[in-house]
Amino acid sequence: MIDGTSAFLEGVVRTATPLALAALGETVTERSGIINIGLEGSIIAGALGAVIGAGYGGVWAGFAFAAVCGCAVAAIFALFAVTLRADQIISGTAVTLLALGGTGTLYRILYGSAGAGLNTPTLDPMSLPLLSQIPVIGRSLFVQSAITYMLYLLIPAVGWWMYRTHAGLGLRAIGENPAAAIAAGIRARRVQFLAVLFGGLLGGISGGTLVLAQAGTFVEGMSAGRGFIAIAIVVLGRWNPLGAALAALVFGAASALQFFFQATESNLPYQLFLAFPYVLTLVALAATRGRASSPAALGRQDFGQS
Amino acid sequence: MSDVALELASITKRFGQLTALDAAALRARRGTVHALLGENGAGKTTLMRIAFGMLRPDAGRITVEGAERSFASPTDAIAAGIGMVHQHFTLVPAMTVAENIALGGRGRFRPVQIRDAILALSDRTGLAVDPSARIEDLPAGAQQRVEILKALSRDTRILILDEPTAVLTPTESRELLQKARELVSEGGTAILITHKLRDALEFADDITVLRRGSTVWSGSASEATEEALVAAMLGGERLNTEFEPNAGTTTAGAGATVLSLQNVGVRDTTGVERLVSVTLSVHAGEIIGIAAVEGNGQRELLRVLSGRMKASNGEVRIPPVVGFIPEDRHRDALIQDFSLRDNIALLGAGARRGVVNWTAIGKRTRDLIQDYDVRAPDELTPARSLSGGNQQKLVVGREIDGSQTALVAENPSRGLDVQATAAVHTRIRAARDAGMAVVIYSSDLDEVLALAGRVVVVHAGKVSEPPRQYDSIGRAMLGLAVK
Amino acid sequence: MAFVVDMLVHATPLMITGLAVAIAFRAGVWNIGADGQFIAGATAAAWVGVSAPVEIRWLALIAALVAGVIAGAIWAAGAAWLRSRFGVLEVISTIMLNFIATYGASFLVRGPLQEPTHVYPQTSGIVSGAHMPVLVSGTRLHWGFVIGTVLAAMAWWVMKYSATGFKVRASGVNPFAARSAGLIDVSRVTTIAFVVSGAVAGMAGAIEVTGVTFALYENISPGYGYTAIAVALLAGLNPLGVIGTGILFGALETAAGTMQRNIGIPSTTASVIEAVVILAVIAIAQLRANRVTRTV
Repeated sequence: MIDGTSAFLEGVVRTATPLALAALGETVTERSGIINIGLEGSIIAGALGAVIGAGYGGVWAGFAFAAVCGCAVAAIFALFAVTLRADQIISGTAVTLLALGGTGTLYRILYGSAGAGLNTPTLDPMSLPLLSQIPVIGRSLFVQSAITYMLYLLIPAVGWWMYRTHAGLGLRAIGENPAAAIAAGIRARRVQFLAVLFGGLLGGISGGTLVLAQAGTFVEGMSAGRGFIAIAIVVLGRWNPLGAALAALVFGAASALQFFFQATESNLPYQLFLAFPYVLTLVALAATRGRASSPAALGRQDFGQS
Repeated sequence: MSDVALELASITKRFGQLTALDAAALRARRGTVHALLGENGAGKTTLMRIAFGMLRPDAGRITVEGAERSFASPTDAIAAGIGMVHQHFTLVPAMTVAENIALGGRGRFRPVQIRDAILALSDRTGLAVDPSARIEDLPAGAQQRVEILKALSRDTRILILDEPTAVLTPTESRELLQKARELVSEGGTAILITHKLRDALEFADDITVLRRGSTVWSGSASEATEEALVAAMLGGERLNTEFEPNAGTTTAGAGATVLSLQNVGVRDTTGVERLVSVTLSVHAGEIIGIAAVEGNGQRELLRVLSGRMKASNGEVRIPPVVGFIPEDRHRDALIQDFSLRDNIALLGAGARRGVVNWTAIGKRTRDLIQDYDVRAPDELTPARSLSGGNQQKLVVGREIDGSQTALVAENPSRGLDVQATAAVHTRIRAARDAGMAVVIYSSDLDEVLALAGRVVVVHAGKVSEPPRQYDSIGRAMLGLAVK
Repeated sequence: MAFVVDMLVHATPLMITGLAVAIAFRAGVWNIGADGQFIAGATAAAWVGVSAPVEIRWLALIAALVAGVIAGAIWAAGAAWLRSRFGVLEVISTIMLNFIATYGASFLVRGPLQEPTHVYPQTSGIVSGAHMPVLVSGTRLHWGFVIGTVLAAMAWWVMKYSATGFKVRASGVNPFAARSAGLIDVSRVTTIAFVVSGAVAGMAGAIEVTGVTFALYENISPGYGYTAIAVALLAGLNPLGVIGTGILFGALETAAGTMQRNIGIPSTTASVIEAVVILAVIAIAQLRANRVTRTV
C-alpha cells in the first residue's frame, strides 16, 4: 500500500513538473500585468524544439533549443501585447493557433507525414542520496529527473527575486498600477516584454520536459491545453511562485489519477480521467473567483496615465 | 551656483494634430515658490511632465541649475534633483507606504532599512506616515503625504506640485502650501501648478501664466494683480458673472419633491459602508450642491440619486428616468467609437424593445446638436473626433432632454475650458429654471457655490447641511464641528 | 465546378461557426469554444438522427437541428454562467470545454452510441429522414449552406436594426457607458449573446452531421471553431461579411487538402495561414487605434 501510494506520488510530481514550470513563468508574466494566452504556443514550440535540438546534441541541447523556441513564440506575443498594446486575449489565442499549426506543419515536413514515432533520448530519473531515503515522500520528491530538481531551485529563486529585489518590486508595481511605476522611473514596456519572454522560456522548457523527460517523442498537439491549465494554476496559486508550485501538484494529481485507476481496472471510461484535469480547471477557477487577489492592472492595454 | 534652478525654454510638444505646447517658457529661481497658472487644458501638466522626464519635447531646452539636460525617463529627472507630486496620485494601492516610497530603487530590497530611512525623513520634514500601512487603507491627505515623501526621498532640490490642493479641504490646502514655503526656505525650489489665482497670489514668489500652450505672462507675484492675471489666463475674454459666489438663486418657491432618499445606506462589494443613513430631498426648480472631499461617499450618493446604483437599505424615490452626467465622460457617458447618433441612441437603450427607430433618433440628434451648440459636421461623426467641450455639451443635452424632471451632474466642467464650462453652467441653470430638480457635485468648491442654492456636505458617508459659507462648508467637509 | 462545390461544402461549417464567433465577439465575449459547441451540436443531432423512430423526412431533420441548437446553447451556457457568476475568463473556460466535449464525444462513439458491430469509433448512419436535402442534385452541396446564409442575414439585421442588437454592440464596445448612460443590463445582454453564439455553433455541428457526414465520429470538427475566429475577424465581425470570409476560408481549406494530396505540403499550413490572418487583422486595427489615441 505504501509502495502504491509512493508510486502515485512520484507520478504526481513527475506530471506536475511541466505544469509547474509553465505556471512559474506565467506567474512572473502576469505579475507584470500581462496575461499570456499564448503560453500554450510556447509549450508546443518547446516540445518540437526539444526533438530537433536533441537530434543534434542530446538531451541538454534539446532543452536549450526548447527554451529558445518557447522564447521566440513568446516574443511574437510580446510584440502584439506589449509593443502594440493589442488585446492580450485575442493576441495570445492567435499566437497559440500559429504555434500549433506551425509545429504541426514543421513536424510533418521534417519527419514525414502524421504520426511516425520518433526515438528521442530522454532523461532518466536520478535518485538523490540521503533525501530519497525519507519514507514515502523521499521516493516521490527525490527520485525525479534533473529538470524537476531544477524546478525545486527555481521556485525559491524566483520568489526571492520577486519580493527581495527592487527589480521584482518594480515588476509587481507595473502589474498593480503602471502609472505609478512609470512615474517612479521604471521602464514598464521593457519590463513587461522581458517578463513575457521569461514566461515563454519556461514554457518552452515545460514543453521540452514533456518530450525529454516523459514521452520521448513528439505528437502534434501534445501540449493538450497545459498552457491554459497553467494559467488556472497561477490563479489558484494566487500569483506567487510557491502557490503556483503547490497548485500544480493538485493538477498533477488529477492527471496522474488515470494511471492509478488503470492499475485497478475499474469500469470507468478512460475519457473521464483524461477530461478530469480540464473539469478541475473550471472548478478551481470558479472556486477562487479569479479576480480577488489578481494584480490590479492585469490585462490592461493602456498604462493609465490620465 | 546659478540663480535659476530650472529653466524651460521654447518648449514645443505636439500630440498628433494637437499642439499642446507652443514655445512655452518658465524660469524658476532658486529658493522660491513659483506658481504655474493657467486654466484647464492650457498645458501646465504637459510642461511639467516634460520637466520630469515623463514626456520628450519636440523642441526646446531644459536647463537644471545651469546645466542643459535631456531626460529619457523620470529616472534621469530624479537624478537631476527634480521630484514631482502628481495630481492623480501615482501610488500603488495594494502596496505599503514603504514599498511605494522605495519604488524605482536598485539592487536588493531591504524592508527594515527602508523603513528606518522613511521614519528619519518623516521626522525631518514633519510629514507623518506609517511605513507599513497599505495605501488603499489611507485617507487622501495621508496618501498625499506619501506622494510628497516619495518625491523628497531622493535628494530633491526642485519639487513640482501638480494641483496639490485638488483633493484637500480649504484648511488642508492652506497647511500644504505653508509646508511648501517651509521647504523652500531651506534652499530648495517649489513649482506649484494650479488654476487657483488666490493660491498663486498668496503663496508664490513668482508666477508664470500659460494659455493655449504658450507663456503669456511671467513676473513676480508682488507685481501681479488679479485682473492682469485673469486677463492673461483668458486672453482678454470677458469673465462671466458665473464665478461670483452666491450667484445661484435661493430655493424660495421650490416645487414638489422629485428625488427623495430616506435613511439610505450603501454598502460596496467589499462590505464597506459608503453611505450611512442619508435623508435628502431635492425639489423641482432647485439646484442642490454636494461638497465633499473625494472618497467620502459623494460618488455613491450621486449614483443612488440618479438610479445608477442600488441602495443597500432605506427608501429611494426617484422618477423612472434621471439624467446623469458622470465625471469620466470618456468611459461612462459616451462610446467614443460610436457616432453621435448612436450615442444619442444610448438614451433609454436598456428599456427599448423591438426595432430601433433610427430616423427619429437621427432627428433628435440633429436637434440636440443645434440646440446645444455642439460643433460637429453631422450626426454620423464618431464621438471621438469632438473636442471635450463639445462632447460634454452633447452629453448635457442628451441627459436633460432625456429626463426633463431630474439631473445629476458629477464634476461637469472637468477638463473643459472656460467657454465650455460657461456653456454647461448656463444649461444647468436653464434646467433648473425649466423646473427640473438638479444635483451638482464638484471637487471645486467655487463651482458648487456658483451654481447651487442649497449646499449639502458629505463626510464619511453622512450628509449635513452647514451654513452656506466657504469656511463652514470647509470645516464640515473635514468632519469638524461647524461654528 | 467540383472545386466550387467542395469549397461551398467546406465553407458551410466555417461560415456558421464564424457567425457564432462574430456574434460573441461583438458582445465583447471571447468565445473560443465554438469547437466544443459544434461538437455538442453534432453529437445531439447524431443522437436524434440515429434514434429517431420516425421516418417522416422533415420531422427527423428538424428535430436533429433543434437538438443541435439546444446542445450548443447549453455548452456555451456553462461557460457563460461561470463568467457572470464567478468572473471566470471565458477564453479559458471555453477552451477547457472544447477538450471536455472532444472526450465526451469520444466516449459516446466508443460506447453508448457506437455502431452495432462495435468495430469503428462512430455512430451508425442517421436515418434517411434526417438527411439534409441536397441543393444541387448529384453533388454534396446541401441546404445547410442556404440555412447558414439566411442565419447570417438575420443576424446582420438584428445587429443593425433591433434594440437587442444595439444593446449587444454597445455592451461589447464599452460596457461602462452601456451601463451608465444606456442603463443596459450588460451582464444579461452579454450572457444572451454568448448562449446564442453557442446555439449557432451547435447548429453548425448539426448541419454538418445531417448534411455531410450522416454520422458522428471522433474529430468531427477538424478545428472549425478556431478557424472561425479568423473567419469572424477578417469579416470585421460583420455577419454578412462572414458569408464572404467563410467561403474564402472554405476555398483555402479545400486547396490545402488538394495540396497535401498532390504536392505533399501539409494541410496544417492552412492553420498557419489562418493564424497569420488573425494576427494581421489585429495588428492593422491596433496600429490604427494607436495613431488616434493621444498620450497626454
